[in-house]
Amino acid sequence: MDVLNGLVALANFVLVPAIAYGSQLALGALGVTLVYGILRFSNFAHGDSMAFGTLVVVLFTALFQSMGISLGPLPTALLAIPFGIAGAALLILGTDRLVYRFYRAQRVKPVILVIVSIGVMFVYEGLIRFIIGTGEQRFADGERFIISAREFKQMTGLREGLALKTTQGLTVVTAVIVVALLFWFLNRTRTGKSMRAFSDNEDLALLSGINPERVVMVTWLIVAALATVAGVLYGLDKSFKPFVYFQLLLPIFASAIVGGLGNPLGAIAGGFVVAFSEVGITYAWKKVLVYLMPEPLEPSGLVQLLSTDYKFAVSFVILLIVLLFRPTGLFKGKAV
Amino acid sequence: MTQHARTASFFALILVLIVGTGFVQSWNTALLILNMGLVSAVMALGVNLQWGFAGLFNVGVMGFVALGGLAAVLVSMPPVGEAWAAGGLRIVLALVLGAATITAAILAYARVPATWRGWAIAAILIVGFFVYRAVFDPGVAAVEKINPAATGYLGGLGLPVLLAWPMGGVLAAGAAWVIGKTALGLRSDYLAIATLGIAEIIIAVMKNEDWLARGVKNVIGLPRPLPYEIDLQNDPGFVERAAGLGLDPTTASTLYVKLGYGVYFAIVLVILLVLAQLALNSPWGRMMRAIRDNETAARAMGKNVTRRHLEIFILGSAVCGMAGAMMTTLDSQLTPGSYQPLRYTFLIWVMVIVGGSGNNFGAVLGGFLIWFLWVQVEPLGVALMSVITAGMAEDSGLRTHLLDSVQHMRLLTMGLILLIVLRFYPRGLLPEK
Repeated sequence: MDVLNGLVALANFVLVPAIAYGSQLALGALGVTLVYGILRFSNFAHGDSMAFGTLVVVLFTALFQSMGISLGPLPTALLAIPFGIAGAALLILGTDRLVYRFYRAQRVKPVILVIVSIGVMFVYEGLIRFIIGTGEQRFADGERFIISAREFKQMTGLREGLALKTTQGLTVVTAVIVVALLFWFLNRTRTGKSMRAFSDNEDLALLSGINPERVVMVTWLIVAALATVAGVLYGLDKSFKPFVYFQLLLPIFASAIVGGLGNPLGAIAGGFVVAFSEVGITYAWKKVLVYLMPEPLEPSGLVQLLSTDYKFAVSFVILLIVLLFRPTGLFKGKAV
Repeated sequence: MTQHARTASFFALILVLIVGTGFVQSWNTALLILNMGLVSAVMALGVNLQWGFAGLFNVGVMGFVALGGLAAVLVSMPPVGEAWAAGGLRIVLALVLGAATITAAILAYARVPATWRGWAIAAILIVGFFVYRAVFDPGVAAVEKINPAATGYLGGLGLPVLLAWPMGGVLAAGAAWVIGKTALGLRSDYLAIATLGIAEIIIAVMKNEDWLARGVKNVIGLPRPLPYEIDLQNDPGFVERAAGLGLDPTTASTLYVKLGYGVYFAIVLVILLVLAQLALNSPWGRMMRAIRDNETAARAMGKNVTRRHLEIFILGSAVCGMAGAMMTTLDSQLTPGSYQPLRYTFLIWVMVIVGGSGNNFGAVLGGFLIWFLWVQVEPLGVALMSVITAGMAEDSGLRTHLLDSVQHMRLLTMGLILLIVLRFYPRGLLPEK
């Protein structure tokens, strides 16, 4: 029984949150990695692109709620996602037309594009704060739990409960669908193949008649969709706050680099590596260990390796280790 | 227009802007802008050393600025004797143990044969971590228990605060050495992400380790290199001289203190600027630019690129650390919660890019100009918004929203300025020769 209790506690406090967080990071990292693969720069404005997409969803959710439209047990925000993607796509494509295209034509060094994206980041950040302010927005509605801790305890008779939030379930399901769609698109469709060709070898791709502007446009559209979905899932799970989304940039980049920049599979793996380490290292393991260890060895302290404020530190230590010992990431990424 | 005339006219513009602020708003505001402008200019000089001279993309400026602030506390605050007695030595011992663990792991990486290497390093790190925590945690608990409302930390050395400025540079340089040793081999965008993360880690440590500098409880009331306003107002000689200038004692005392800081900061800036100019035009500076422009060629000429990069990374970070210590001295408080990358990293980058990277005067100009705009965009925005919303009803929701959002216009403006300068003046307002 103790072992079962321990495992349930582990699942409840570590596995479930880490899987949900990992899926959100993976979606974000996919966006970063696609930009890196096709446009060949690290997009510092990605966190704010996520925030902008989510912002549009928050506004539309409020609109739908005021009109009395809802999805029953599911969050209304799901209905608003297409509008969020459209909003983010408009913003990002507009940015590309006004800003990035000029530098692409000049074939500037990637680091210049990074600086440009810092400018874009400022503008987005200002825009977002201008529209919605810096406060926290909660926009999750519908059923809160798939299984609540109490129900689980009653069902199984265990002392530990396993709570599964609707948003966590939704995150995983949505992430799986989105990733499946993305890989189907990249591997099976003509446009997807031309994107991969462009990413592998730009000159050869141009030579074989691939239209670069089209590839770039499709990439930005996908990035807008991925950013919005990732942002909405994170916001439903926790809450929407512009500054937090800006800070998400760090673990997202860590995920993308750990997996290998430019490699979509790597981005997903990286997302989970970062999420599991963050949750694992900042979790107080006492609760789990009390069940799993024999009585005399039971820990007296919290067995928390580092306090939760250090979660950014965790992703960066992983990042540094990977960069130092395997500079192209776990899966082979590319180096521009 | 020649380069000199261009430089002179831009600096004249800054002078006009600041003096204009003095006449239109108040001299206190003008001096505030001037002082933080001086600090910003020092930070921009540091970033310009790294980016403009050597092409190193360091977006961890915030971390070094914060370390400088930490140095100000560690140097100038009086030591807390009780806390040292309770757990100070324990903490020092734990830190030594931690450093020893890491050194041992690095040695193991170099010395142990490959088959055992992974296990040896893992064993050293795990055992070392638990030993460290076992020594460290009781010490921290003891220190933080001593009068947590007022101290709860080890305190500083109780030395004059001006000493903290070079010490801030030294502390930042030490951190930069460690970071540079590990991260400088990375390609530009990887280095950017790594430094961004390291800056976050530095802030996390400062927020969290209450024994060091009280964390988010903030250290306030740092000693000042200048007299307090209230003492000046009670000094009959000062009041008399103020009256002679036609000023009331309160205004005169605030102006006196701010001007004093301005003079101190200006001295530092001028010294650093002269040094940076000498460095830029020395053989060393030419070598740096050669490495920046073509690393492979410089390497082929026998230049030790890694070493030169490490040198300039440390120098630039030290300058940023010094600026951080100056800023904390000016504020008389250290508030780790207020360090945000947009303000302390990316804004400094905007200054350097807008001013002109590779040109020391450009960086200084950018520091003043961008800081002036950062401060003044808000009142300008309020004025603009009042004009826009003038026709709207008093109680309209849009009007209140627009007026409330004015404070966010500065980010938008900074972004637009950066994008416009990058597009139309890619080399900045004062380009490199």
